[in-house]
Amino acid sequence: MAIKKYLDVQPTRRNVLTGLAATGAATALPGFTPYVQAQSAAPIRIGFQVHRTGIGAAYGRWYDRTTTAAAKVINDAGGINGRPVEIIAEDDGTDPKRGAEVIEKFTTHHKADIAFGTLFSHVVIGSAPRAGELKMPYFVVSEGHHVASGMLNRYTLQPGITDVKSQVQAMAPFVADNLGKKVTMIFPDFAFGHDHRDYFSAAVEAQGGEVVAKIAIPPTETSFTKYFPKIPRNTDVIYHVMVGPAVLTFVKEMGEFFGSSRPEIFGFIDSLEAVDLKTPGLEFLEGTYFWEGNPRYAQANQSEHDKFYRAAVGVDQNGASVSDGKDVSTYAHMFGCWETLHIIKAGMEASGYQGPSDRAKLIEAVEAMTNMPLSQAHPQGAKMFNGKTHQVFGHQYITQVKGGRLELAHTTSIEDTMYPDEVDYTSQSF
Amino acid sequence: MEFGPHLILAMLEGLVQASVLTLTALGLSLVFGVMRVVNVAHGEFFMLGAVFAYAITDWLTGSAAVGFLAALIIAPLLVAALAVVCDRMILRRLDYDPERTIVATIGILYVLQQVTLMTYGPDAHPVTPPFNQRLAIPWFEFTDTGLEFYFPWGLSTTSYKLFVIAAACVAGLGIWILMARSKLGLILRATQLDRETAQAFGIPVERVYAFVFGLGAAIAALGAVLVVPIQQAHYLMGGDPLLLSFIVVIIGGLGSLRGTVVAAILIGMSNGVISVFFTPTLAKILATLLVAFVLVYRPAGLFGTKVA
Repeated sequence: MAIKKYLDVQPTRRNVLTGLAATGAATALPGFTPYVQAQSAAPIRIGFQVHRTGIGAAYGRWYDRTTTAAAKVINDAGGINGRPVEIIAEDDGTDPKRGAEVIEKFTTHHKADIAFGTLFSHVVIGSAPRAGELKMPYFVVSEGHHVASGMLNRYTLQPGITDVKSQVQAMAPFVADNLGKKVTMIFPDFAFGHDHRDYFSAAVEAQGGEVVAKIAIPPTETSFTKYFPKIPRNTDVIYHVMVGPAVLTFVKEMGEFFGSSRPEIFGFIDSLEAVDLKTPGLEFLEGTYFWEGNPRYAQANQSEHDKFYRAAVGVDQNGASVSDGKDVSTYAHMFGCWETLHIIKAGMEASGYQGPSDRAKLIEAVEAMTNMPLSQAHPQGAKMFNGKTHQVFGHQYITQVKGGRLELAHTTSIEDTMYPDEVDYTSQSF
Repeated sequence: MEFGPHLILAMLEGLVQASVLTLTALGLSLVFGVMRVVNVAHGEFFMLGAVFAYAITDWLTGSAAVGFLAALIIAPLLVAALAVVCDRMILRRLDYDPERTIVATIGILYVLQQVTLMTYGPDAHPVTPPFNQRLAIPWFEFTDTGLEFYFPWGLSTTSYKLFVIAAACVAGLGIWILMARSKLGLILRATQLDRETAQAFGIPVERVYAFVFGLGAAIAALGAVLVVPIQQAHYLMGGDPLLLSFIVVIIGGLGSLRGTVVAAILIGMSNGVISVFFTPTLAKILATLLVAFVLVYRPAGLFGTKVA
C-alpha cells in the first residue's frame, strides 16, 4: 500500500524546482566549466580534515592550532598568488567513514580548492579513494607508509611529514647498537602499528637483532597490565608505540609492571604525545629513549626557525601551550601541518594555480619538488621529497629522558631514512 | 612468564575488572528489576561518574586523598540527581512503557555523551590515586636446596587495585543489606513483585521509581570513581561497561541481584584470565557466545525468574 502511495505522487511545484536546481548545480561542477576562471582575489579555500573528536582528538587540537598559525603567517606575508588562504575545518571524528564524507563535503558543499590534514592512518586510507574519485588533491600529514607503498592514488601526497617505514629504519641501528639485540615490540593494532611491526622487525634483523615478541593492542583499549606478561624474560629492549586516549595509562602500567627492574626502553613519543612527562607514575622513564619527529623541549642547538615556529603556534620551551602549561602539544607530529601548508603555497605559486581546473598542475608542481632546506617553511629540518612516491624524507631525532626533560641524544641523516621506491604515482593518469 | 605467576596476575586483573563490573551491572539490574526499564544510558552515567571525579579532584587541588574522598561521595550524588531529573522529565511521561523507554534512554545516552564532549572536551584526563604502592608478589620454586621464594618479573599489583576490590565488596554488601534487610528494601521488592498491589498498599510507586533510577545510576558512578585512577576519564568510556553489564545481567537473570553478582564475577574473571593468556578479543567473543547459549537454553538467565 505504502509503495503504491509513493508511486501515485504527482510532481509538485516544489520537487520540480528542486530537480531544476540540482541540474543547475551539476552543470556548475568544476569539470563542466567551459571557460578558464579569471584572476581573482577570492580566498583559496583549503578543506582541513581534523580529528576534533574520537581517539585522535589530542592530535586534532594541535593540528588545528598549527594550521591556523601557519595560515596566519602565510596570509600576513601576502597569501598565495596574492590571494588569502581560508581554512575550512571539518571534524572527521577519527573515523574512516566520516573521513570520506568530509572529503566529499569539501568538494561538493564547500567548493574547496584542495583537502588537507588528517593524521590517523585508517582515516587517511578510508578517505584517499574518495579524494581520487573526486579528483581532489589530498595532502595528508599522517606518517603511515600507505602513501609511499603505492596503496593510494595520484591525488594523495605526503610532503610534510616522514613515514613510519623510514622512521623505524633509521631507529633500528641505534636500538641494536646501544640498547640491545632482543626486542619486544608493543604497538597499536591498526595500519599505523602494523607499519611499525613489519618495518622495524625487518630493519632490526638487518642489524643482527631479533624481535622476540610482537604485542598488538587495540587502539581503543583502556587497561594494559594484561598484555605485559607476554613480554619474554630474555627481552633486552622494549620498543613501544601507542596511540589513543589511554596512552598515559599504558605507560604508567608498564612502569608498575616492571617496578625497579626494567629492561631498556625505546619508545615512539606517540605513546606520550600531549602528555606531561612530569605526571606522577612516569618517573621510571628516566634514562629511556624516545623517537621524536621534532624535539618537544627546546634544545641547546635550537634553530631560529624552530624559535619562530614555536612562538607562532604558541608553544613554550617545554612543548606546552604558552597559555596553559598543562596543555602539552603533539610537537613531534604537528610541524607536518605547518610544512605541508607552506609546500601547498610553493606548489600553487610554481604552477600559477587559479582554481580547481588547475588541480593537476598543482600536483605536478609538488611532484617536481626535491630539496627543501631548513627554513621558516621547514622548521623541523631539511627534507628531500620524492615526487614518484609522493613521500618526503627527513631527519629523525632520538631524545633521552634526563631530569624529566627530553634531551637530544642523536640526529639521523636523511640518507638513513631512504629506501627504494615502491611505486611511481607519476605514471598514473589524472 | 611462567604459568603460575602468570595465572596469579591474570586473576588479580580479573578481580579488579569483576569488582567494577559487579557495581555497574548491579545498577542496571536494579533498575530493570524494579522498574522494568532497560536503561541504555547506563554506561553514560558510569562515564559521568568518572568525569565528575576528575572535575572534583581537579578543583580540590590540595591532597590527592581529600580530593578522591570528596569525589567518592559527591560524584555518585550528582549523577543520582541527574538520573532523577531524567526519570521525572522523560521516563515518567512515557509511563515506563518498556519499548518507548528503550528509545528514550538511547536519546539520553547521546545527549549525555555529546554534552560531555562539548563541555569536558574530547581528551582523556587522569585522576591521581589517593595512594598507589606497587606490591611485588613472591612466587616459589623447587630447586636442589628445596623450596625457594623469589619475586618474578612483573608479578605485582598496587595497593590501590586491592582497595578497589575491597571497596566494591563493601558497596555490594551495602546494596544487599539495603535490599534484603531494610524497610526501604521491602518497599523496593514489593514494587518489583507487583506494582499495582504495592500502590494499593500505599507505596508511592512513582517516588520509588525515581529513587531506584537515581540509585542505579549512583552505583554505576561509584564504580567509575573507583576505576578512574586506574583508567582515566574520557567521554567515550561508557560503551564497554554498558555492553558488559548487559551481558552480565542477561547471564545472571534480569532483575536478580544474586545472579548479577555471580555473573559479574564469572565474566570479569574469565575476561581477565582469557585476555591475559589469549587476547581481549577472544574474551569478548566467548562472553557474547555465552550470552547466546544462555538466551537459547535458559532465557531467564542463571538465577532469573520468568518475566511476565
